[in-house]
Amino acid sequence: MKFVGKAHVYGDNIDTDRIIPGKYTKTLDLQQLADHVLEDLDPEFSKKVQKGDILVAGDNFGCGSSREQAPLAIKTSGVSVVIAHYFARIFFRNAINIGLAVIELPEYDIQPGDELEVDITTGTVHNKTNGKTFYGTKMPQVMVDILNENGLENYLKKHKTYKL
Amino acid sequence: MPQTIVEKIISNHAGKKVYRGEMAVVDVDMVMATDTTAPLTIQAFKRMGGEKVWDPEKMVLVIDHASPPPNQAIAVLHDLMREFAKEQNIKLYDIGAGICHQLMVENHHVKPGQIVLGADSHTCTYGALGAFATGVGSTDLAGAMLTGSTWVKVPDTIKVELNGELQAGVYAKDIILHLVGLLGIEGATYQAIEFTGEAVKAMSLDSRMTLANMVIEMGGKAGLVDMAGLELPYEFEPITPDEGAKYAKVISIDVSEIEPRVAGPHSPDNVKPISEFEGVPIQQAFIGSCTNGRLEDLHEAAKILKGKKIHPNVRFLIAPASRKVYLEAVKDGTAQILTEAGATFLPSGCGPCVGTHLGVPGNNENIASSTNRNFRGRMGNPNSNIYLGSPSFVAAAALNGEIVNPQKVLDEEGN
Repeated sequence: MKFVGKAHVYGDNIDTDRIIPGKYTKTLDLQQLADHVLEDLDPEFSKKVQKGDILVAGDNFGCGSSREQAPLAIKTSGVSVVIAHYFARIFFRNAINIGLAVIELPEYDIQPGDELEVDITTGTVHNKTNGKTFYGTKMPQVMVDILNENGLENYLKKHKTYKL
Repeated sequence: MPQTIVEKIISNHAGKKVYRGEMAVVDVDMVMATDTTAPLTIQAFKRMGGEKVWDPEKMVLVIDHASPPPNQAIAVLHDLMREFAKEQNIKLYDIGAGICHQLMVENHHVKPGQIVLGADSHTCTYGALGAFATGVGSTDLAGAMLTGSTWVKVPDTIKVELNGELQAGVYAKDIILHLVGLLGIEGATYQAIEFTGEAVKAMSLDSRMTLANMVIEMGGKAGLVDMAGLELPYEFEPITPDEGAKYAKVISIDVSEIEPRVAGPHSPDNVKPISEFEGVPIQQAFIGSCTNGRLEDLHEAAKILKGKKIHPNVRFLIAPASRKVYLEAVKDGTAQILTEAGATFLPSGCGPCVGTHLGVPGNNENIASSTNRNFRGRMGNPNSNIYLGSPSFVAAAALNGEIVNPQKVLDEEGN
């Protein structure tokens, strides 16, 4: 699974309230979520994000609530991959479960607007703008398998149970 | 090889002995979803091809986050939950019954040694009963509804020893805030915490729930409170860690040295001694939530406010954690004391904590709150500042119109 896109870069500890405020979470209309994605962090984000863009953050991305509306808002906005030094646990599982690609890069050199090439299968991120390549933390096989099925719904439809 | 509590519970549900870092598929004892997460859960369950929940006795739905519904869109989502509950023969707690985590414990839907998944991050609260309970998203929960199982990575454990006796005016909330400040918002990511020590053994169930509740504020997967001293209205077998079990680290805290703690805006780990926040003007005060909306919390607030009136600049809101808590507070006179002081009682539920309705703050306002999160915009307005502390801290702020040390107010009362 490969993605190419432009980087939007933010900082550490971006919590789920800043990804999608609680007041917008009570809906099954995913576009409504996308319209307010990252609103309290960067009010311009939902307007400037383009399909295929890549969200880059620091430590502990997605801390706080278990709301799956957070990765859903990001995915629906057009973001193809989220890169972080590391993720909060529930967010990480939720992203994989809804088929949003996520990759943990303990170290990277990425500036806003850089063009990135991400290979989820090998866990590598190549920054085409500065020519550097970074290597991600390996995910458990079950998560790779869920992501390959584009989320847990398809995975369980196919396998009926969890296979480690 | 010796095991921690979480390793034992997961082993009991995996059919084999497992240790930190290992992967396991486990049987799940109970699942729960709320009106924030259940609509997506039900949708995912159906998309997975789900027709019948694996065991309707092991699932609970709770309408608590936007309850009663503030608008048509949310009312429709509540209906969707009611329909599903009826069709599947699942227990549903409707508006006003209370907060999911309070109801799960109060009504014995969760028991020591179990594995419980809740589509709410504060599911870790049931660690107060010695259950391995953790928050998941809607789709993960749907997977458990379909299969009766889930996959887990066995977490490493941080052991926190709490010794000594708490000062007057200092509570489990101050201890957990102190720890969140110490470890940071990411300090227990992917890990479990075991709470033990003399101070834990002396704690009520209410206080144990406060302790376990905020483990997620350090990124923790579960918070297991030592079952020694735990009193429950039914028999249970305590699970204790083995001598020589391996811990990621051990933290010892003398709780007698802890003064009231407050987390300032905009992160629960921005924790300082209350003296550093004294004098901050307060426009709204809130007691409630799965962290601190229980009977003993209302009792502490009543101690501060008995026979007094709140400051005219303050709006003081209280949402009891459940109808049962509210009824007990009515019966023992606590609700009267607080109402006479100027409090506004809200329906039992999550209330203003999640920013949907029932107390959204105005611009540039400061809120004293007994809840667990103060991220920017948490209460529905990004231009407001939330200060987290114990119910006594909130009551003292409501009384004075500014942040004061509740110990001083209690001293004046001779309490």
